Amino acid sequence: MAEFSTSTKDAGDINVIYLKGYLDAHTAPVLENTFSELIDKRKYSIVVNFKDLAYISSAGLGVFMAFIEKIRENSGDIKLTGMSDKVYNIFDLLGFPLLYEIFKNEDDAIKKFNETK
Amino acid sequence: MRPSNLKTENKKLKEKELSVKSKTNNLSIIRDFIYNAAFEIGFSAEVIDNMILAVDEACTNIIKHAYKSYPEGEITVKLKYADKKFTIIIIDHGTPFKPETVPDPDLQTYYRQHRVGGLGMYLMKSLMDEVKYVSVPGKYNQVLLSKNLNSTL
Repeated sequence: MAEFSTSTKDAGDINVIYLKGYLDAHTAPVLENTFSELIDKRKYSIVVNFKDLAYISSAGLGVFMAFIEKIRENSGDIKLTGMSDKVYNIFDLLGFPLLYEIFKNEDDAIKKFNETK
Repeated sequence: MRPSNLKTENKKLKEKELSVKSKTNNLSIIRDFIYNAAFEIGFSAEVIDNMILAVDEACTNIIKHAYKSYPEGEITVKLKYADKKFTIIIIDHGTPFKPETVPDPDLQTYYRQHRVGGLGMYLMKSLMDEVKYVSVPGKYNQVLLSKNLNSTL
């Protein structure tokens, strides 16, 4: 069975979620839980780091859609970083770069949050 | 005798079948099955990735919509390779699917509704050369995906 896990890092007001493995319809609930836990703690400034993500299907992309409006209503955002070309191409094909800011480096994504505060 | 031997061996190599239950934890088994066959045929890594995603989307739709997450349905994946064309046929016995009722993806709608619908089908159409649905009500539903070895993306 394909493995997927998340881990989080508290970077001050900003939280980073690290994705690892295969994100599909089977594992998407793991990421949903991670988002829900942060939102329950009123953490709305979230960077998602894709560097160890091997695979994503539309079920995984749907997780980002599920939470983005609530997060933005609370003056937060989801910013994305560390995507492989393969994962970026899928995001791009679906037009997601219009909705989410995507950064090469995690530091740049964090910096962007700090600038807009 | 040699040519006929060769023919039999080729047939063995070029037709494969996998049946799994309609559970999301079987998606990775299906992806591995596609990877191994496509690698053997000689598709590029990029094209293999795209085909794996298309098949995952088709099977995810079957699990969620045809079987409505009922875990004991059957999904059969049949592979054929002939004349440089790789054909993947996925069969289920759930609720018939009407592809014409699936809306085109719209990010603004997703944003408002907090969910995505139709992304999988859009990906399948974008990533494969051919996507064809056939439903025989009360018997089976079939989706056929194909990719030519010479296709670039």
